[in-house]
Amino acid sequence: MKFGVVISEGPYTHQAADTAYHFVKSAIAKGHEVPRVFFYHDGVNVASRLSVPPQDERHIQNNWTALAKDHGVDLVVCIAAAQRRGMLDDNEARRQGKDASNIAEGFRISGLGQLIEMGIQTDRLVTFGD
Amino acid sequence: MSEIKKFLYVNRKAPYGTIYALESLEVVLIGAAFEQDVSLAFLDDGVFQLTKGQSTDGIGIKNFSPTYRALGDYEVTKLYVEQESLDERGLTLDDLQAVVYEDEDDDWEEKPSIRVVNRAEMADLMADQDVVLSF
Repeated sequence: MKFGVVISEGPYTHQAADTAYHFVKSAIAKGHEVPRVFFYHDGVNVASRLSVPPQDERHIQNNWTALAKDHGVDLVVCIAAAQRRGMLDDNEARRQGKDASNIAEGFRISGLGQLIEMGIQTDRLVTFGD
Repeated sequence: MSEIKKFLYVNRKAPYGTIYALESLEVVLIGAAFEQDVSLAFLDDGVFQLTKGQSTDGIGIKNFSPTYRALGDYEVTKLYVEQESLDERGLTLDDLQAVVYEDEDDDWEEKPSIRVVNRAEMADLMADQDVVLSF
């Protein structure tokens, strides 16, 4: 089966990004496809490469980056939600005249159309959030 | 991309206090370009999103409630409001703003987009969807 995944809550505050990570990993291990994960609302904060959790805690952003690298999962961060919350890639930082970007490897910033497209192209859309 | 799916956007939260209502509306507006079969559901505190006479002057947050009235222009014409959620909050249809659309199959007659349904009908509506996005 082909799954689309939405993450709509922020890392560490909420377990959504962790549960989604375990879900995607398990689904792929069972032979399912997860072509894309869409980060929305505070979920966009998962993509920050500046996150430095204590060493004995899981590193949520690293987990996702590894998943993208190992399984080619397309990690899409909503641009409108990201810009409100100070999440910028190099291009956007330049365009907005900001002095830094913070999007981690494996994530890309794009529009809400990617969410709708994922809903159309997958068999099931699964949301992790409140 | 030729396949048409039934998309339901479920709105459960008050318009202000959290960003869910606004960011739900943003998905609906972008999603309209994909020409899918779109419905919106309003239940729990989500029914407050459609109340008329909203003023946000005191909280310094943009009042986005007029945007709901523009949904008809995006061919989003099915706004289902749950009766029980209205009742539980002491609201009636009269407390909601008028949202209308022009029916192209009926000589562009102006018709109401808001349809009040009961909880059982809402459940049926949800069961009938291909994609449900809850906010």
